[in-house]
Amino acid sequence: MKNRDVLISILAASILAAFSFLASTYPDGLERLATDKNFLSQARVFFKSPIPDYLVCGIQNEKIATALAGIFGVLVIYFLGLALAKLLIHSK
Amino acid sequence: MHIPDGFLSPPVFVSCWLIALGTLSYALKKTKEILKDKMVPLMGVMAAFIFAAQMLNFPVLGGTSGHLLGGVLAAITLGPYAGCVILTLVLGVQCFIFQDGGVTALGANIFNMAVVGTIFSYYLYIVFRKTLSPKKILVAVFISSWCSVVMSATFCALELAISGISPLKIVLPAMVFIHIFIGIGEAAITTSIISFLLKVRPDLIYYKENK
Repeated sequence: MKNRDVLISILAASILAAFSFLASTYPDGLERLATDKNFLSQARVFFKSPIPDYLVCGIQNEKIATALAGIFGVLVIYFLGLALAKLLIHSK
Repeated sequence: MHIPDGFLSPPVFVSCWLIALGTLSYALKKTKEILKDKMVPLMGVMAAFIFAAQMLNFPVLGGTSGHLLGGVLAAITLGPYAGCVILTLVLGVQCFIFQDGGVTALGANIFNMAVVGTIFSYYLYIVFRKTLSPKKILVAVFISSWCSVVMSATFCALELAISGISPLKIVLPAMVFIHIFIGIGEAAITTSIISFLLKVRPDLIYYKENK
């Protein structure tokens, strides 16, 4: 992949993630099942994540909070994926 | 189907962690063997794209939503082992940064989505590719990506049932039923992307060049 292709792809992924506030807010298959069969209350949080539920803390507007979380996630994952691949190829 | 903490019993989540870590170390070793320079940026891009796509829930039926899992997409572009590594990375970041999926359940989530939904599903895709005519590559993509979601959901249901949170006869049919529909979304998205890549960038398809 050329640098230009990478840039366009990451920009496209960031836009997709930024617009995720338009995505369906219905629960997913597992969450729906847990609600219907009354075991959702068994869910626990053993580790407090910095950006829970894809909402950046301290931002009132949920759409902006989600969009920022999405863009942040895309960039973090891209650089981690790249770093891991470079690490693997150099350790050959 | 990211399982949160509290749903799985310790014997189940510990077993899943062991299987996940074992498979992951093998996948890392295999990735190292096949990794070429041109695949390096693609690993970052695919991981970022799958993360973004997993945020885009689409409505299915009865007030339920689903989103792309991306296992087959990753495996067809990067190969099954690099695909597994990338899915694991996405699941790890979702767990530790976004609280999507539990820490104790991460091993099970890796097993369901990065092992069953990626490696197993890739070999299912190879079976379909070998049995169908070469022209029907997109049919093989469609069926295997649909199967990947249904198989992941099946393993998820088994883990929940063995943990004793809900009986198998309730949790298995319910999980499989809803994922039959979520799987159609997965298959449609995966097939569209692979069809597009085959037209514009066939060099990004793993299977073709490693035939």
